[in-house]
Amino acid sequence: MTEAGENAGAAETRRVRVVLVDDHRMFRTGVQAEIGETDRTGVEVVGEAADVDQAVTVITATRPEVVLLDVHLPGGGGVEVLRRCAPLMAAAVNPVRFLALSVSDAAEDVIGVIRGGARGYVTKTITGTDLVDSVFRVQDGDAVFSPRLAGFVLDAFASTDAPPVDEDLDRLTQREREVLRLIARGYAYKEIAKQLFISVKTVESHVSAVLRKLQLSNRHELTRWATARRLV
Amino acid sequence: MPVAAAPRTPHAPDADDVPQRKLYRSADGRMLGGVARGLAGHLGLPVGWVRLAFLLLFMWGDGLGVLLYAAFWVFVPLGVGGRTGHRSFFETLPDGTRRVRKPDRGQITALIALFIGAGIFISKVQLGGASGRYVWPTLLVGAGVVLVWRQADNARRAHWSTAAERRGRLFQVARALAGVVLVGVGLTVFIVVRGSAAQLGNVLTATLAVLVGVALLAGPWLIRMTQDLSEERLMRIRAQERAEVAAHVHDSVLHTLTLIQRNAEDVSEVRRLARAQERELRNWLYKPEGTGKEEAEEPATLAEAVKKTAAEVEDHHGVPIEVVVVGDCPLDERLAAQIQAAREAMVNAAKYGGEGGPVQVYAEVEGQTVFVSVRDRGPGFDIDAVPGDRMGVRESIIGRMQRNGGTARLRSAPDGGTEVELEMERAANTG
Repeated sequence: MTEAGENAGAAETRRVRVVLVDDHRMFRTGVQAEIGETDRTGVEVVGEAADVDQAVTVITATRPEVVLLDVHLPGGGGVEVLRRCAPLMAAAVNPVRFLALSVSDAAEDVIGVIRGGARGYVTKTITGTDLVDSVFRVQDGDAVFSPRLAGFVLDAFASTDAPPVDEDLDRLTQREREVLRLIARGYAYKEIAKQLFISVKTVESHVSAVLRKLQLSNRHELTRWATARRLV
Repeated sequence: MPVAAAPRTPHAPDADDVPQRKLYRSADGRMLGGVARGLAGHLGLPVGWVRLAFLLLFMWGDGLGVLLYAAFWVFVPLGVGGRTGHRSFFETLPDGTRRVRKPDRGQITALIALFIGAGIFISKVQLGGASGRYVWPTLLVGAGVVLVWRQADNARRAHWSTAAERRGRLFQVARALAGVVLVGVGLTVFIVVRGSAAQLGNVLTATLAVLVGVALLAGPWLIRMTQDLSEERLMRIRAQERAEVAAHVHDSVLHTLTLIQRNAEDVSEVRRLARAQERELRNWLYKPEGTGKEEAEEPATLAEAVKKTAAEVEDHHGVPIEVVVVGDCPLDERLAAQIQAAREAMVNAAKYGGEGGPVQVYAEVEGQTVFVSVRDRGPGFDIDAVPGDRMGVRESIIGRMQRNGGTARLRSAPDGGTEVELEMERAANTG
C-alpha cells in the first residue's frame, strides 16, 4: 500500500510525530524499532506511555499528530484516554488523532474505541509498512479500517432492521456498503478504487463517512446490536 | 423407638452391589432411620436378621436395642441405597384421580410389630408408678427428636435427587415444627412434673433470659463465622479458576512455545504453531462458553463452519487465513456444499498463493443469499490455461456450486492474486 494520490510526491519530506501508548514495554520497543527510524519512514516517536494517566500527560505535553493507542490499558483502557483527550481531538489547529492498535479483535473493543473517537483500528499482527501507511492516512484525517473492523461495522448495520429515525444519517449508502465490503474482503484502498472505477480520494471519503456515522449518530441500532450480543 | 422386624422380601443384594463397603444408613427401602438396612449391607446379612436382632435386643435387653439404634442413627451418615424412587402416601390413578396408596404387606407387618413392641415396653414400665411420671415426657421428647432427625435425612437426600424430591414444602415445615413442639411439650412436662406448675412461669422466664443471653454472646461470633465461610468459599472458587487458567496456559501455550523452540529454523512450522495457538487462545479468552479445544461435533451455523474450515486449512498448510464473517444463519445442505467449495478454494489459495501474504476469506449472509469470497495475493493463474484433466477448480468448486444451484466466479483480483466468489441461495425452508 502506498501513499494516497496527491501526497505521494511529498512522502519523502513528511514527518509525523507519534506517541505510543501501550502497557507492554516489549511491544513499544518493537514498534519503535519497526517504524521509528525517522529517516526511512518519516515517523518520529516523540513519547511513550504505559497507562491512562501517563498517556494523557504525555499527549498533552508533546501534542503529537498521531497517537497509537492500545485498547487494554491500566487505569480505564483506551476509551478513557480518548475521553480525556477529547478537547485535543477537537482542536482547530493541529488536532491529535488516534489510531487504535490492539491485539484484541473482539467486537466490543473495536466498536468501543471507534465510537470514542479513534480514527482507525488495526491489530498488532499488522506489518511495519502497513502501520506506517495507516499512520500517514490517519494524519490526513482519513479513517483506517482493517478487514475485521469493516466486518464488524457491516454486521452492526446489516443485522438489524433499523427504526426509521434519522434514516439518512443512520443508513449506510449503497456505495459505502460496497466499499466496506471490499475492505472486509481484504482489498486495499487503491484496489477498491480500481474495482469500483472511482478515485482513491472517493474511497477515503466513503470510509470517513462510515466512521462519522459510527461515531456521531446516537444510534439505537448499535446499542441494540450490542445488547443483543451482550456486549454492553 | 425400636425398629420392628418384618418378613419382607430381602433386598440385601442391592446393598451388596455397592463396591465399597462403607457403613452408612440406607436411604432407600428403610422403615425408620435406615440403620438396619445399612448395617445389613455392610455386614452382608439379610436385612430381616438385623432387624430381628434389634428387636430381640430391645425386648430382652432392657431397651439396649433402642439406645444402639439411636446411636447408629445419630452418628452414621445417610447414604445411597439400591432402591430409587420416592413413594408417596398417594398414588395417581390412570384416570387422574389421587387416592391413598395401599400400604404394602411389609409396612403393615412393620406397623403391627411396632405396636406389639410398644405394648411390651409399656407393660414393662408401670406407667402409673413413680417412674411412670418420667416415661411419658421422655417418649414425647424421643418422638420429637426422631421427627427432626428424619427431617435432616430428607434434606440430605434432597442433595442426591433434587428433581425427584418435590414433596410439599409445607409438609416438611409442619413435620419439623411438630418435632420441636413435641420436644418442647416433653421438656415442659418434665419441669411441671418435677416442680409445681406455679414455678413454670419463672422457669420459662429464666430460660428465655438465658437464651437471649446466649444469642447476644454468640450472635456476632456466628455472623462473623458465616462471613468467613462465604469469603473462604469465594477465595476457593477464585483459586480454582486461577488453577484452571494456569492449567490451560501450561497445556497449550507452554507446549507450543517448546515446540517452537525446537523447530526454530522451520519458519512455516513455527508460523503454523503460533497461528493455531493464537486462534485457540482467542477462542478461549473471548468466547465465554468456548473451551478452547476444537470441538468434535459438526458446527451448526455458517459462521462457525467457515471459521472451522479456515482453521483446518490453516493448520494443514501453514498459511495464515483471515476470516471475516458478516451475519450468520443455520447451515443447510446447500450451504454445506458451498462450504466444501470454499474449502477447496482456500486450499488452492494456500497452496499457490500463500507467498503473497495471508489468504482472506469473507462470508456474508444477506437476506436469502450467502456470499463467500476467498482471495489470495499470489501470482494468480488462468483458468483456461489449466489442463483439462485437472479437475480441482472445475469440479470441486465451479461444478459443485452449480450442481447445488449456486454460482462460482473465478477472477484475477486487481493487484495480482486470485479471487473466488461463491454465491448460494439458502434453502427455502430454512428462511
